[in-house]
Amino acid sequence: MSEVKFISPETIEQAVDAYSKSSKEGNTKILAGGTDLLVQIRSGISQPDTIIDIKNIKELKEISNDNGSYTIGAAVAGAVLDEEEDFGNNWPGVLEALKLIGSEQIQGRASLGGNLCNASPAGDSVPALIASGATVKIQGPEGERKMPIESFHVGPGKTNLKNGEIVVNFQFPKKQKHSGDAYLRMIPRTEMDIAVVGCAVNVTIENDKCVDARVALGAVAPTALLIEDASKALIGSNFEKKAVEKAALACEAACNPIDDKRGTISYRKKVSKVLFKRALEKAIERAKRG
Amino acid sequence: MAKIQVKTKINGEETEFLCQPYDTVLDVLRRDLNMTGTKEVCSTGDCGACSITMDGRLVCSCLVLAAETEDKNIETIEGMAKNGKFNVLQKTFLEHAALQCGICTPGMLVAAKSLLEKNTNPTETEIRYWLAGNLCRCTGYDKIVKAVQAAAEEIRENA
Amino acid sequence: MNEMDNKWIGKNTIRPDGADKVTGRAEYGADTIMPGMIWGKVLRSPYPHATIKSINTKKAEELDGVFSVATSADCVDFPVDTPVILGIQDIRWMARNVLAKEKALFHGHPIAAVAARTEEIAEKACELIEVDYVVHPWAIEIDDAIKPDAPILHDFIKFDGKPSNIAGTLEHKKGNIEEGFKDADIIIEKEFETAAVHQGYLETHACLVSVSPDDRTTIWSSSQGQFMVRAMTSFITGIPQSSIRAIPAEIGGGFGGKTIVYLEPVATILSKKSGRPVKMVMTREEVMRASGPTSGSKSKVKIGAKNNGKITAAQGTFYLQAGAFPGAPIRGAAGCCLAPYDIPNAHTFGYDVVSNRSKVAAYRAPGAPIGAYAVECVLDEVAEALKMCPLEFRLKNAAKEGTKAVHGPTYPVMGYVETLEACLSHPHYKAPLKKLQGRGYASGFWFNAGGESSAQVNITEDGNVVVTTGHPDIGGSRASIANITAELLGIDVNRVSVLIGDTATIGFSNLTGGSRVLFASALVVTESTNQVIDILKDRASKIWNIDKEAIEWENGEARPAGDNAGKFKPLSLVELAEQATPTGGPIGAGHQVNTVGAEGGFATHICDVEVDIELGIARVIRYTAAQDVGKAIHPAYVEGQLQGGVVQGIGWALNEEYIYNKEGKLDNPGFLDYRIPVCSDLPMIDTILVEVPNPQHPQGVRGVGEVPIVPPLSAIANAIYNAIGTRFYSLPMSPPKVLEKISD
Repeated sequence: MSEVKFISPETIEQAVDAYSKSSKEGNTKILAGGTDLLVQIRSGISQPDTIIDIKNIKELKEISNDNGSYTIGAAVAGAVLDEEEDFGNNWPGVLEALKLIGSEQIQGRASLGGNLCNASPAGDSVPALIASGATVKIQGPEGERKMPIESFHVGPGKTNLKNGEIVVNFQFPKKQKHSGDAYLRMIPRTEMDIAVVGCAVNVTIENDKCVDARVALGAVAPTALLIEDASKALIGSNFEKKAVEKAALACEAACNPIDDKRGTISYRKKVSKVLFKRALEKAIERAKRG
Repeated sequence: MAKIQVKTKINGEETEFLCQPYDTVLDVLRRDLNMTGTKEVCSTGDCGACSITMDGRLVCSCLVLAAETEDKNIETIEGMAKNGKFNVLQKTFLEHAALQCGICTPGMLVAAKSLLEKNTNPTETEIRYWLAGNLCRCTGYDKIVKAVQAAAEEIRENA
Repeated sequence: MNEMDNKWIGKNTIRPDGADKVTGRAEYGADTIMPGMIWGKVLRSPYPHATIKSINTKKAEELDGVFSVATSADCVDFPVDTPVILGIQDIRWMARNVLAKEKALFHGHPIAAVAARTEEIAEKACELIEVDYVVHPWAIEIDDAIKPDAPILHDFIKFDGKPSNIAGTLEHKKGNIEEGFKDADIIIEKEFETAAVHQGYLETHACLVSVSPDDRTTIWSSSQGQFMVRAMTSFITGIPQSSIRAIPAEIGGGFGGKTIVYLEPVATILSKKSGRPVKMVMTREEVMRASGPTSGSKSKVKIGAKNNGKITAAQGTFYLQAGAFPGAPIRGAAGCCLAPYDIPNAHTFGYDVVSNRSKVAAYRAPGAPIGAYAVECVLDEVAEALKMCPLEFRLKNAAKEGTKAVHGPTYPVMGYVETLEACLSHPHYKAPLKKLQGRGYASGFWFNAGGESSAQVNITEDGNVVVTTGHPDIGGSRASIANITAELLGIDVNRVSVLIGDTATIGFSNLTGGSRVLFASALVVTESTNQVIDILKDRASKIWNIDKEAIEWENGEARPAGDNAGKFKPLSLVELAEQATPTGGPIGAGHQVNTVGAEGGFATHICDVEVDIELGIARVIRYTAAQDVGKAIHPAYVEGQLQGGVVQGIGWALNEEYIYNKEGKLDNPGFLDYRIPVCSDLPMIDTILVEVPNPQHPQGVRGVGEVPIVPPLSAIANAIYNAIGTRFYSLPMSPPKVLEKISD
């Protein structure tokens, strides 16, 4: 522990440089909000010998809106994004997912980038990001690349990031007219729990018909899932019962959950269908409004 | 290895301390600065007893590294009463018997103050969700919610 | 004293310790330091059941920064076959729970401890301790512990002549159970299960101990009894009680869980061996793994009744987990479960079952919620079968003054019926319910306790009052004592300061537990204050040169009475204090006694739930708790006891549980997955304070703290049934369990 280094670079280049070098020598951790990392350090699960605090890098803390296309810095805290009024009007589902992570205290720190990189199958913001169609911008020693969120995770705690790469920001597509997103999760209490199941839905409606739909589930498989069969079932429908039921069954079929202290396999499967229907209803309502 | 030297402001006072990279703000407050008003209950961000504000934002001090607080503005329970006078929330907590054992009280007060700074007219539901990250095992929360409501009312009346 | 004239009793005064608690000044177990202090840490067993062949501490002792190491070899040796009883505890178990001796009996069982310059060094040193274990099969659940080939925790414990994990039994009998069931028109019998739940006090166990070379020891710790800390530490370390001064820190919640020691004897040994003050603070994970929850249980209850609604017979069998050492609260389960009712024929039976879990500790009305859960659920089914309102059914069978209880006593004046009537006439009873909402009812009882208590009341030189008692204040008792003292002396409550003495400054006072603190301390404070008033009258009599009997104490002053009325200007407390020295010296009095006359407490609760049948989530949406509180000395803190107890019961019913994994290790040792209720889970908790004064107490006080956790488990189960028509016989009624059963 006496060897542990704490670095707080001010540019992405410095961060990438430090990260790629220190990762070769030992265990390095990127510190964003710290709401997962500090718990892991305290419990001994993680014992980094270098900690890189990325919160002094301007780009990672920025929120920008380019003609309706949002770019959100990876380290922007939930409470900060919540105060960006227009973001919530565009992507209420993403915001509500981020806001569901932990308490108000956690909201003062927790970020989209941290939630993504922690790579818990139950991370709340991940299904919402997937459903939104957002991409993540990554920078590493070999330059910059972008990736759809659904391609980011490999398994619990594992990502597609290569050595020295850090997540810079999230780029959201321009919100379509008459589109809406929503995220719902099941937890035993009303707050402070990890999702037993999470479901995000993003739909676009034209003349009462579903012209686009993205459905994502969390906590039902080793990674959050984009449920393409659910999209297929919805697109072209009027959200009639049959189509919704088919999409719900696609959700259930995609589940590959585990039995654990938070829920059983059968419970998670049943709940995925219920949450999908409820989130869909909410997304449709929002789509119709805007 | 040399410890990290940090200069920060705590309750308006310039403070310097030395810390290890793994030390949290909570560790430094309690162990090194002997500011034990901020309580350690879970150390995992699940209970809110160690709530402080950093640059005006409500956070769990167990989830902030001490090394991150360079040039920050930290407020703790010790800074809540000003010039020997209670903050309105401290007064209403006492008047409404909103504490029993009192170990959650400092964090609860810091969190409630942060709510009322944003919203002086919160609904019961808004209060309950804002305080959801502050566990209390004694009171069943009833009197805490009422004390926050009373403080909000007083703030509105004096506005 | 005319009740209507009360100036302070029954008033919501500001608590004397309040300002310290809202400003962060109050010092809890972990909040103090001593010069030269070092830190202690505990090495814990990685196995749920293993024989300890040897412990080698050499490498730990050699690590730079380590000052001392402790193992059970440093403790007084208590042979396993000889009981050493202290209160309700047995020191041979307590010593082994504090530091394992022959065997590690649960995952997390303390094996050794290290004191070092920092916590980090102490932790590292713990890892250097080499323990040679022989690992055994283990039993966690009751069924696994009582099956024929179960691994035996303690070879010398015998049941039916054979080594067994059943460590004790208890039964209560009344009438003839067979005849009673023969008389019944309807009989319902059901089986129930509850999970082990933790008290969930937020403050983790913490202490700071300094032992000097002559063994004089100062213990600063947070507990429910500084005298318990002194006695247990003395037993385990061999240091005489007279050499130990135990100072009670402010206590950050206990609910029964701090009525025993975990760290204090260990820190004492470490301090004695190192010559340095040693501080020890448990992590939350250590609290969850190794401090006592209350028992999980299995039970079977059978109740028979006539068509006219009279119960003819009741039978209950309760198996309770004790954890690693004997001592499950079977008395609470088997003794309290039928207490609210007048039942002619009854038989209850309790089994104390050891298994490879952390040793249970007291938790708010220990055992009683488990018994009431089963009985009150079956009563609900009987009432339904008889087409009776559940409250009217209870009223028809309610115990009253003169009823002979199943657990033994014949009741004096008591207010159970009044709690039922209060519920029947409360607007909640008739409030409309929506679809998927339901209402449930349940009653509950707790014995309440008296016991040893000491107090000292001193008049300061400026004519104010300092009261010292010996019970840690866990829920506002100082405020109530201030109210009583101010009332008796007729002075402003702000002139009374109430302090909790340490073991050197106040006489022996038993634990803060059993809902006894205000009952007992009010008795000794009242007696002490009355003695002070007598002294004050005596001083006035000297000043006026008249008989003491001719003086009245009223409104904070001595007044000449009878023939002398109006002859002298009254003398105030301040004036008498000013003249204390010439009239005889310091003014003060103390009283110490084994208090008796604590009468049981009864409650009836109404609970509304709403069930999300697609997700299996039940939420409490309205709650009303009626309780006979005797006399509410400080109503807000009495309400607080009811509200807090109810909400703990809600947690127990819905989401709290100890979950063990396949390795026999607790899988949810933190507040993330051990889910105590959060603020947004709950409605306001309405209370009805029924006041049927305890005739054996000067202010009519009855214990109030424990009863409120007894009814909620069954009130919620009954409400869920009322909402969706499904009965649940297993706690917690967590969403996966609820959905599974609804789907069936």
